[in-house]
Amino acid sequence: MTRPQDLLCPKPEGLYCAPGDFYVDPVRTVARAVITHGHGDHARAGHGAVLATEATLDIMAERYGLAFAESAQAAAYGESVARDAVEVTLVPAGHVLGSAQVVVRWKGLTMVVSGDYKRRRDPTCAPFEPVPCDVFISEATFGLPVFRHPPDGHEIGRLLRSVAQFPERAHLVGAYALGKAQRIICLLREQGWTRTIYVHGALERLNALYERHRVDLGPLAPATTAERTDFAGEIIIAPPSTLQDRWSRRFPDPVAAFASGWMRVRARARQRGVELPLIISDHADWDELTATVDELRPGELWITHGREEALARWSDLHGVPARALELVGYEEEGED
Amino acid sequence: MRAFAELLDRLSLTSSRNAKLTLVRDHLRETPDPDRGWALAALTGDLSFHAAKPNFIRKAVEARMDPQLFWWSYDYVGDLAETVALVWPRRPGANREPELAEVVEALRTANRAEVQRLIEGWLDAMQEPRERWALLKLMTGALRVGLSARLAKQAAADLGGVDVAEVEELWHALHPPYEDLFAWLEGRSEKPSAEHPGRFRPAMLAQAIDEAVDFARLDPADYSAEWKWDGIRVQLVREAGVRRLYTRTGDDISRTFPDVVDALFEDGVVDGELLILRRGPNGNSVASFAELQQRLNRKVVDAKLMAKYPAGVRAYDLLAEGQEDLRALTFAERRKRLEAFVERQASPRVDLSPLQPFESWPELAGLRADPPPGDPQIAEGVMLKRWDSIYEAGRPKGPWFKWKRDPYLVDAVLMYAQRGHGKRSSFYSDYTFGVWTESEDGRRALTPVGKAYFGFTDEELKQIDKFVRDNTTERFGPVRAVRAEPHAGLVFEVAFEGLQRSGRHRSGVAMRFPRISRIRWDKPPAEADELATLERMLAQMETQ
Repeated sequence: MTRPQDLLCPKPEGLYCAPGDFYVDPVRTVARAVITHGHGDHARAGHGAVLATEATLDIMAERYGLAFAESAQAAAYGESVARDAVEVTLVPAGHVLGSAQVVVRWKGLTMVVSGDYKRRRDPTCAPFEPVPCDVFISEATFGLPVFRHPPDGHEIGRLLRSVAQFPERAHLVGAYALGKAQRIICLLREQGWTRTIYVHGALERLNALYERHRVDLGPLAPATTAERTDFAGEIIIAPPSTLQDRWSRRFPDPVAAFASGWMRVRARARQRGVELPLIISDHADWDELTATVDELRPGELWITHGREEALARWSDLHGVPARALELVGYEEEGED
Repeated sequence: MRAFAELLDRLSLTSSRNAKLTLVRDHLRETPDPDRGWALAALTGDLSFHAAKPNFIRKAVEARMDPQLFWWSYDYVGDLAETVALVWPRRPGANREPELAEVVEALRTANRAEVQRLIEGWLDAMQEPRERWALLKLMTGALRVGLSARLAKQAAADLGGVDVAEVEELWHALHPPYEDLFAWLEGRSEKPSAEHPGRFRPAMLAQAIDEAVDFARLDPADYSAEWKWDGIRVQLVREAGVRRLYTRTGDDISRTFPDVVDALFEDGVVDGELLILRRGPNGNSVASFAELQQRLNRKVVDAKLMAKYPAGVRAYDLLAEGQEDLRALTFAERRKRLEAFVERQASPRVDLSPLQPFESWPELAGLRADPPPGDPQIAEGVMLKRWDSIYEAGRPKGPWFKWKRDPYLVDAVLMYAQRGHGKRSSFYSDYTFGVWTESEDGRRALTPVGKAYFGFTDEELKQIDKFVRDNTTERFGPVRAVRAEPHAGLVFEVAFEGLQRSGRHRSGVAMRFPRISRIRWDKPPAEADELATLERMLAQMETQ
């Protein structure tokens, strides 16, 4: 009988597929890798052969230069690619532009590596597609019942209301440079914010990349400019680390906002000096994680990283045997 | 309820006073009656109902979800009410979300058992954790969102473009949900009548004197002087059978000081200082502020505590006598009326703050520097009041001055710096400083003695911030340990108003009102003061 651990098993380098001889999102340099998405802890430079979506390969090239791997192969969503005896298919994960679940089929066994994912709509990337499987390998970044993200439109509404309420102040929104920043910009556009949005220099190349992939971000301008000294009433998007940094001092009495699922817990907001926490995340919240397990009803649930024990317990209590893989090397969102 | 929840959420994370005022004012403007009135009552602490203990809610949530999952959640979040608000399972088909007015009105009439049932029902109906959190805060009776009652009243005053003193004077004649107040603030009706027996009269406050400028232009003959007592400013009211004791912002503290509330037998409104007053052969004598603190912020007082710490009012002004409002009279006239009034009460709990005669400013300066024996020795300084000044609410410029005693000073070494809030969140602006102690084997080490976050200019803040960043030795979240060695570190001259013994501080002493008075870039830390210096100061204060 074919056992799941013969197809995929955790190793120090990452999740290893022996019959296909490749790793998924390896944290160390390997000969053959399949990459789920472009965030730095999943997509590292220096592998031999890399398989990923075209957008993910673009992001890697933008971040690490064109020589980020010895060879790169793009796969479209839904297109099957052979890796030795194994059939590999990339399916949208709804996390960021280009993000994919890795569907691995071998000897009648189907396993899905979710990578990072979310279930709610995101104007900057294709929505998550559920794939029936024998084993679902899930992330669990927000795998505690306290993490329940409100509708993102509601959070953007809070931001816009604050801008109207404090026209004399600048609103500085901390957002992860890949994915979150562009999603916030798109959500602002959807709610009618047509003004120029000012962005930190660290976001510019990824914004341009999203535009090349036909994600329309509207009018943007660098926040670091000699022409403008008064940003009262404006929205500025910057990496989270700049919120408390000296960089933020150029703005008039800024309202520090931070778009992250971690903002659900007040102590986290207070710790970082955040005045306006925006609970917007690119990861599934507790309800999405559990609803996904319920929808797929896999034979087994494996959990890669995050708060494994709570999701594993929930899964066990709901009749899906679960197992924590204890993979290391993946960061929490926004903990940069 | 949703808007109120959003308000509490934002207030709890906002540090700027102006931003808080904007948030509350906008809420009062945009929320209809009666919800906004209940919100105002919640913010000013004027709501009362059978508070529910948070613990029942823990049992309720464990009946709805796996206790292990709840425990992991609680362990992660750390705050029970917040955890419950976050994990409360959705119940499709529950009732619609309640409005704030429904919640408050139901809580006010419910008994303890009913309160629990009501709260569970509302938690089921609420969609958003922020709302559940607000409900649970409301339920415990203490919002703790960093907003004083006075600031809430200021926001209401801002809504109508009126002086906060007007709102304060009305306040005790009003009842939640304050529909008459809002009607007046929005220009839809006349000002409600403040003719409410036992009401609070907004206090007149003094400006700090500027020694360099003011004495040259002020004539000593125009001013009376008296000692500035180190207690809390209060208003003692007896009117048509109503007796009240108010703080200077109009908070009613009658229940904490039943011994003081009964001190008047004639109707009148006395402005004075609440102090611990002990009877002696020559009248009352004043005890230290530390003793008064034993009586403050207590919900329950017993005879034993009142006997040990007998409180009283040292009177310095009379705002009303019988039916007559005296506030339009001059200070000289009011003072005569006050002296006669206090004498007639013949109460051990009310005495007169004596005037301190003086001829010239230099003479007064001498008295301030070296007060006569008795109570003036522990006074905070002197007060100057123009003889011809009427009693005006607020802090008018010119009629009243406070001239505080020079602060105590020590040189201390910066040990830790913490990030500030709001405007200062990119700066290390809260400083913990220490002085030297010597162990038996002669080794010197720094022990923290206090924390200060003001007293420096914006320019100096930038320089200190840079120093902190350049000299960090360790980081603990938002706190940095700063290099503090005999020959490397930063010395602050710290000013403070007094010292108290404290079991909570490692050094055993706590400073009152510490602030940075100078930054001693020139001084090596080795030359900063020793704990022994503070201990000597404390011993000296205690013998006075």
